[in-house]
Amino acid sequence: MSGELWAIVGRTILVSGVATVLAVLAGAPLGYLMARRRFRGRTLLLALVNTGMGLPPVVVGLAVWLMLARSGPLGALDLIYTKQAMIVAQFVIGLPLVVGVTAAAVQALPRELPDLLVSLGAGPWRTMLLIAREARLGLLAALMAGFGAVISEVGAAMTVGGNLQGSTRVLATAIVTLTGRGEIGAALILGGLLLLIAFAANLVLTVVQQRSEP
Amino acid sequence: MILATTTSTQDSGLLDSLLPAFTAATGIEVKVIAVGSGAALELGRRGDADVVLSHAPEAERGYVASRDLVEGRLVMHNEFLVVGPAADPARAKARPLREGLALIARTGPFISRADGSGTDKKESALWKQAGIEPARVARREMTGQGMGATLQVAEQRQGYTLTDRATYLALRGQLTLVPILSGDPELMNVYHVYVVNPATHTRVHATEARAFVGFLVGPGAQQEIAAFGRARYGEPLFAADAVKPDPSSP
Repeated sequence: MSGELWAIVGRTILVSGVATVLAVLAGAPLGYLMARRRFRGRTLLLALVNTGMGLPPVVVGLAVWLMLARSGPLGALDLIYTKQAMIVAQFVIGLPLVVGVTAAAVQALPRELPDLLVSLGAGPWRTMLLIAREARLGLLAALMAGFGAVISEVGAAMTVGGNLQGSTRVLATAIVTLTGRGEIGAALILGGLLLLIAFAANLVLTVVQQRSEP
Repeated sequence: MILATTTSTQDSGLLDSLLPAFTAATGIEVKVIAVGSGAALELGRRGDADVVLSHAPEAERGYVASRDLVEGRLVMHNEFLVVGPAADPARAKARPLREGLALIARTGPFISRADGSGTDKKESALWKQAGIEPARVARREMTGQGMGATLQVAEQRQGYTLTDRATYLALRGQLTLVPILSGDPELMNVYHVYVVNPATHTRVHATEARAFVGFLVGPGAQQEIAAFGRARYGEPLFAADAVKPDPSSP
């Protein structure tokens, strides 16, 4: 494998990995809160999250591009066509997914569990951590869902990243370029690599998930 | 620095050969956004790019008049070709341009880019000059994509399409399409480079933009442009023009 190909693979895992981790760090607590607390507009918010899961990633890409382009509100940050911009877009794409799956996982737990933990003397942080442990099957599912969604996404990655060789080109966007150039063999190889990475990540997470089945 | 440019300069490989020398000499990283001249000019007007390299002289005039693009320089030219299936069902090969286009319009299939690019604008102008209504061109397909992708579609459909010589030569190895119409002065394809006006677009990286324009019209890059492709394709893909009078000036 050429040096450039290794760089693309590494970049793909880095961008999507960071975006997914950030989405889980932000989304899991949000999903927990949405499942746990009753508040006004909760049903509406849940519906929004579910819509967010169906939100076309390419639309997210356009929205992020408009924010980060030179003429946009955050243009001065010079983030357009960078890996950071791609992480932002992938974070936005993955977040509703993580929130939704986490909320469902937490809601599936016994209703009395949080109150039980509180009555045993656990503070709010401890309660959340213990519940996270109980819901780990669902959380790992959220992780896999988020990662899978963003690593293969091409529209937003193209729009905000620009598919720049040596800096923002990732597997999905490289495949588009190769196909457009008629280099079908190379495109298939990269497609195979993308599948392999997605599979490997899911394999690891599934092993962890199934092994921790109580 | 953000360079908004056409897909033909990207797909032909020219930028890949020029840019490393620029970055090595100046330390300036160039982000190439290859979208087609129409979109590139719009990116310039919005101030979302620093430099625009385009091959749609008629459209460019509007942006120069509105002072969105300044310090324009002629860079290079090559020519457009109409390519098509070797079997040439329209019997258009080697005909005079207008006649050939009329024949192709009758039988098709014709693959258009329809993406606002310089090539797309040239195609529209050619139909107009030949007195042919584009909507009446037989079996017309519109890809909305760049030259490389459009050539792929034309290849698969075994249809006719308008392409610049550079991209055609660069992809010729994968295509069975052959040149059908060429050589007419109306098929000349002229490239200009512009700085996005820093006076009206405050976030433009003006120093880097001017450095790039200076590089592109300078002797080193011009020599590279004049020689580009000769080793690989047997003929240069572009003619370097920075020191010549501008053929597309009004």
